[in-house]
Amino acid sequence: MSDVALRMEHIFKKFRKGEIYNSLRDFLPAMTGKMFRGQELDASDKREFWALQDISFEVKRGESLGIIGRNGAGKSTALKILSRIMKPTKGRMIVSGRLSALIEVTAGFHPDLTGMENIFLHGTILGMNKREIQSKLDQIIAFSGLEEFIDTPVKRYSSGMYARLGFSVAAHVNADVLVVDEVLSVGDFVFQQRCMERIRSVIEAGTTVLFVSHNLKSVTEICQRAMLLEHGKVVTIDNTDAVIRKYLSTDETSKISDEKKPVYISRVTVRDRVGEQSTFESGQKAWVDVEVTAREALDKLAVVIWFKDDTQYIIFHTSTERLGFAPFSLQPGGTYRCTFELSLNIAHGTFHLVTQVYRYDIQKGYDRREPASTIFIGSTTAVGGAVNCFPRLIESETIVPSIQSCEV
Amino acid sequence: MKEELRELYKYRELLYMITYRDIKVRYKQSIMGFLWAILMPILIVMSGIVVRYAYAIVAHAPLKTEDIASVAIKSVPWAFIVSSIRFSCNSLTGNRELVVKIYFPKEIFPMAAVLACLFDFFVAYAALVIFLVFIKIGVSIYLLWVPVLLGTMILFCVGIGTIVSAISLFFRDVKYIVEVFLTYGIFFTPVFYDVRMFGDRGKWLMLNPVAPLLEGLSNCIARHESPDVHWYLYSLGFSLVVFVSGFVLFKDLEPAFAESI
Repeated sequence: MSDVALRMEHIFKKFRKGEIYNSLRDFLPAMTGKMFRGQELDASDKREFWALQDISFEVKRGESLGIIGRNGAGKSTALKILSRIMKPTKGRMIVSGRLSALIEVTAGFHPDLTGMENIFLHGTILGMNKREIQSKLDQIIAFSGLEEFIDTPVKRYSSGMYARLGFSVAAHVNADVLVVDEVLSVGDFVFQQRCMERIRSVIEAGTTVLFVSHNLKSVTEICQRAMLLEHGKVVTIDNTDAVIRKYLSTDETSKISDEKKPVYISRVTVRDRVGEQSTFESGQKAWVDVEVTAREALDKLAVVIWFKDDTQYIIFHTSTERLGFAPFSLQPGGTYRCTFELSLNIAHGTFHLVTQVYRYDIQKGYDRREPASTIFIGSTTAVGGAVNCFPRLIESETIVPSIQSCEV
Repeated sequence: MKEELRELYKYRELLYMITYRDIKVRYKQSIMGFLWAILMPILIVMSGIVVRYAYAIVAHAPLKTEDIASVAIKSVPWAFIVSSIRFSCNSLTGNRELVVKIYFPKEIFPMAAVLACLFDFFVAYAALVIFLVFIKIGVSIYLLWVPVLLGTMILFCVGIGTIVSAISLFFRDVKYIVEVFLTYGIFFTPVFYDVRMFGDRGKWLMLNPVAPLLEGLSNCIARHESPDVHWYLYSLGFSLVVFVSGFVLFKDLEPAFAESI
């Protein structure tokens, strides 16, 4: 066997959008109409669009590749083609060995069957045989943490329990290639951690992993390399940090401005010493420039900025007023500029900058941009958690028990 | 096709699991439990006996136990054919999640639907055997034909099942058309009547591929005679053609399932 676990060569996938005839009652008149009039040859072309265009990549055995991109970039289509649920319109694909997909982990469940019965049903659907499931049964149940409820029909489960059981079965399939698509959004924090650990141990065991997620932090934790997809095309394949930098620098959301608002945020840039930047080292300095433009005359305004993490938790916020700057007033057409200097004492992860124009005395919020920008703090192995306290190890000592105390 | 059959064989345990699921769920959901499998055949048998009784009145002849046995023997398989085609017709659209999300040979769905109905059929046939013993129908060497005829019937049902399941995935109104055929099919099939009642014109009724099988069952169980071998071979040929072309058609359409369902 070669050392290539999977390869896509010039894969194209075409979808038809708009009207598809899904009943004979509509289809037959449409067909006869077409035959008599002989029309719309080019009209059908307009209804087609390419979900994937010329996708080529290869993943070596034991490697893990992340796939990132915005909604509609073609990530899920690519995975569906890989797992053979869909056939590409053009192109060739090679998968060596057994491929297992953690795409929809509860698809095989039947609500009326018990947890135990569903383990066997879902396990078989995922390609395991009965003996294999039997031998892993204890592990699967322990992993899900649902020992007490295993003989309850799964329709009585909460959605979190449902997903946990599904993931537990799927994660125990012995696969040569594992495809993971945004499944870690299920379950509570503890379970998510367990899932990540499971995926990591699967990688250590030599399984090839394809990982799709919007959570850039987990992508960097799991994948050495990543691929960026945009509108069905490969933008870049490189090491993960470089790809994430590229992904964040093509942020489209920060270019919108509302025409009707009396005041709007006309520009937000995050930069380092050199220029605009979205990837930083922990502890580095960053500058945030905010420009506000008014359409009407307004008084006593302040600029507020804050950072949110992927879970929408606000990790930090400040404003011009809190920092001791007087509220500003704007004439129609006037602009206000300010620059915040920040020390990014944050541990590694993705953070979203939100900016807002605010009037404190009447507590009225004006234009808000969310996210105005997204920054990524590169990984440091030294610390974990949300903040970086820049720890230093000052002293360390090992105490050896003396022989005397052993004798007693 | 060889490749596809090999893959199907690889997934045979899944076929078993899905069948098990279908049976289990059906019996779990209804309080009637096993009665469910018997209720529909009983209804058909009862209506058959009423029809037969009417014939007897018109013909000024007594209703023979042999005729009642014949109606019962043909009604239960007919109930199986109807329900297996009905269930397999909805088997793909009813498992949307699995069709869209996970890869495996999808013909497992219509096949499992037929097998689950076969389970009901066996339950009903067991009840029928008790009934036949009760009316003292007796045994003969021709009973060896029964598994052959049933096997052919399963082949036919799986063939039709794969075809209608695939087509109804693309055209949702196909199931109504199938339903109409299943409802009125009983009038064109010798279930309540015997082909021999039609004399020479009976051969036109035998063109219905199900007819030789049902007549054959009735012959070898109730009348202790051999089925008409020529007509049986016609049925077998028909069933094989339906089975093979159904499989080929299904496999041809399968890649488009996920995006069309």
